[in-house]
Amino acid sequence: MTKILTKHFDSEPKFHELEAYRRLGGYEALKKALGMERKAVHDEVTKSNLRGLGGAGFPTGMKWSTVPPEDKVPGPRYVVVNADESEPGCYKDRILLTRAPHQLLEGLLIASYVIGSKDSFIFIRGEYQNQYDILVKAIAEAEKAGLIGENILDSKFSCRIMLMRGAGAYISGLDTALLETMEGKKAWPRQPPPFPTVAGLMAKPTVVNNVETLSMLPFIVNEGGEAFAKIGGPKSGGTVLFSISGSVERPGLYEFPMGVKLKDVLTACGGPLPGRKLKGVIPGGTSMPPLMEKDLDIQLDFDSVRAAGTFLGAGGMIVLDDTMDAVEIAHNIERFLTHESCGQCTPCREGANWSERILERMLEGKGEAADIANLARVGDNITGKVICALGDTVGMVLKGYIGRYPEDFKKRVKH
Amino acid sequence: MGKMVKYKLNGVEREAAEGRLIIDDAKDAGVEIPHYCYHPALGNPGNCRMCIVEVAGAPKPQVSCRTGVREGMVVSSDSELAKRAQASALELHLVNHPLDCPVCDQSGECGLQDYYMKIGQYQSEVREDKEHKDKRIVAGPHVMLDQERCILCTRCTRFVDNITKTHELGIFGMGHAEKIDVTPGMTLDNAYSGNVVDICPVGALTDRDFRYKVRVWYLDKTDSICPNCSRGCNISVQTNTARPWHNDGKRVARLKPRFNADVNGYWMCDDGRYGFGNLDADRLGKVLRLSPQKDELSWFDMAVEIAGILKMAGDGLAIVASGMLSNEDWDAYKTLFVDKLNVTRHYFTAEPDQVGIEDEMLRRKDKVANLRGAEDRGIKSGTFGDLQKDLEAGKIKTLYVIERDLTKIFGDRAEALLAKAPTAILQGPNKYALGDSFTYRLPATAYVEEDGHFTNFEGKIGAYNKALAPIGEARPDWAIFALLQKALAGAVKQELAA
Repeated sequence: MTKILTKHFDSEPKFHELEAYRRLGGYEALKKALGMERKAVHDEVTKSNLRGLGGAGFPTGMKWSTVPPEDKVPGPRYVVVNADESEPGCYKDRILLTRAPHQLLEGLLIASYVIGSKDSFIFIRGEYQNQYDILVKAIAEAEKAGLIGENILDSKFSCRIMLMRGAGAYISGLDTALLETMEGKKAWPRQPPPFPTVAGLMAKPTVVNNVETLSMLPFIVNEGGEAFAKIGGPKSGGTVLFSISGSVERPGLYEFPMGVKLKDVLTACGGPLPGRKLKGVIPGGTSMPPLMEKDLDIQLDFDSVRAAGTFLGAGGMIVLDDTMDAVEIAHNIERFLTHESCGQCTPCREGANWSERILERMLEGKGEAADIANLARVGDNITGKVICALGDTVGMVLKGYIGRYPEDFKKRVKH
Repeated sequence: MGKMVKYKLNGVEREAAEGRLIIDDAKDAGVEIPHYCYHPALGNPGNCRMCIVEVAGAPKPQVSCRTGVREGMVVSSDSELAKRAQASALELHLVNHPLDCPVCDQSGECGLQDYYMKIGQYQSEVREDKEHKDKRIVAGPHVMLDQERCILCTRCTRFVDNITKTHELGIFGMGHAEKIDVTPGMTLDNAYSGNVVDICPVGALTDRDFRYKVRVWYLDKTDSICPNCSRGCNISVQTNTARPWHNDGKRVARLKPRFNADVNGYWMCDDGRYGFGNLDADRLGKVLRLSPQKDELSWFDMAVEIAGILKMAGDGLAIVASGMLSNEDWDAYKTLFVDKLNVTRHYFTAEPDQVGIEDEMLRRKDKVANLRGAEDRGIKSGTFGDLQKDLEAGKIKTLYVIERDLTKIFGDRAEALLAKAPTAILQGPNKYALGDSFTYRLPATAYVEEDGHFTNFEGKIGAYNKALAPIGEARPDWAIFALLQKALAGAVKQELAA
């Protein structure tokens, strides 16, 4: 099976070190890219059908083209790596940062070359201390080798890379909240327009890309956009990482081509556990409502999963079985969202907390028949009426679980 | 102005500059879209989610405070979807709101109450207990903070961050535990702190001066001009005569800024807002002669007596006035003292007692409203130093003091200097420190008891209106000058009475 990001993970224990990474062909893509026109590299990325793997699935090439050209908007522009992985169920970026920091740095440098960023940033989740240390070391190695800094690989391209650490808020993983945090402010998402590519960090054009997305770039430059696109599905190119947990025999990180069938993923990881019946599969992290048994044959790519009524998200796959209760799951997720709601806009701030408390009351055996409809109503009043995706999630989770598992909810209320 | 476009609002075709915010254009069309966080002077963070409207073709409802009009756009603020979205946003605002309206000072002018009556009117579905936060936090000398009532619209924090740039308030905590609080180590004591009470759409920030004094629905509101500096901020004088036993018997309950884009925008300073404390205290109500023998005079007898004195005074007449006079007063002043009596000794400079702090926002150094009115009429003021010399040299036979406290000009020497003038006349609303040492005392109206105009330091003329009946026999200054003018012309009592 084709692997891009994790190809050497099993065979090369020192893949995180510059020597091993270069021995296996690392930084050749950067050299190649620096010999190409910036636009030509951009074209390859567009052709590759690379999608934003932080969860939103926005086509990367298209995102880059929304950065205003330098002759229209002069001045600095930035590339920021979103390494604030916090979605419950997701740990793919943690492993990429641990095992392949140079793969990310190479991707980041390629992106910086295309965008014209002379100062690029990696915003890493505060709790990722180990990964931070690894990155510090990797950046130092690369700087020493002339891969970061002035006139990289003797070209005219110069770029510095700076590391910034988060302070523990889930919402900082959202691009505009991340930018606010970087500016030293409270992590309150901005409300586009303008989008970050037009006015991002310090109001300058800024591309925010996920760790996994950028890590794909060396392959795309080396092998060409078409080769990458061919690996994946029709509109989602390349491979995708799944951080698999829950009712499975072999939890862990898996790399599959985009468009892999759900049932094949379950076969590979051994889910659900023996003797258990499949209840559903959260495809992309707890914010996404589960796929159901009827969806076993769907292809896991951004558009197909969306058509099935949920989101591929960031590949934080959690397999649910019949020993689990939907009200408990929904309560757990709402409790998390209540805790992590930034508090900026009212529906999410108040609604998440309210629904958590209703669910808590249901778990205490004090549920009333009207609670179910009220929860769905509150959810409906939040989703689509808030500033950011976290708020949308609050309602989506409520409606998602009530709609998929009505029996679990009915069991929790007095009739 | 940008390109004009046509769009539809609630079925009615409108024309507006492209990109103009829907909420602003709707307001001009008489459609008030509910909102809390949006304030024209404080921006549109779009966090309250109240102003949601339906835009045909948009994938989801839009907030009208962040959506500009485009050609051919079809906007509904009253469709089922929009109304449901607005009502549900209100419902979520009220989930943890204490609903303590009966003991809340904001009652009657509360955004939550208003919108509940207008777009809410639902049955509460909340079965959960309310979340508790801190109440009765003294934020500063003028402002009390109640975190439970707060809806976190962030207007107040944006005011202290962007308008005064003093940052005394901030948002602390996260999510549902989030609250507005006073920045550690600070107090909300900037010169404009009272404005946060005005912009707070709920009862979270209340005015410590006004709290529990009188219910807002008993107040009468009169358009006026703040007399406390030469900026001339437009204000609303809010008076309580409906319940005279409330508000400690004070007739003026509070002053609020009134929007004027050319003068003060939405704001006023605390000096002006809380500077009305003595309006009803220490007032002159009767026309009095205090010496040689004390007697209560009619306006007519007074006019005849004083006209005689003024005529006799000649070069020995000096007038102390202040920039508190209106344009109407200055006109009558000029006709009487300059044109008729050829007085050369006018003293009304703001120095030394009517000056204070000036800043880049509104406050001006001259703490009186209308020095410009005198300047525009060509009336020139001498210095109080010259007046002091003339008084000491015995050159002043008659000293005519209008609305000014001599002790604040001359300090300890005031009483001795006043004694140097054989005749002294005090005219004004208040008695001040040396009120008993004058020969005559003429009660004049306070600015809330008369109509008039002030010309501010930039030459902009503003009108203020009568909010209250005069106290006792008080008359406007211009009316007193006119009376003297007629008496000087030899009019008899019957004519003066007219």
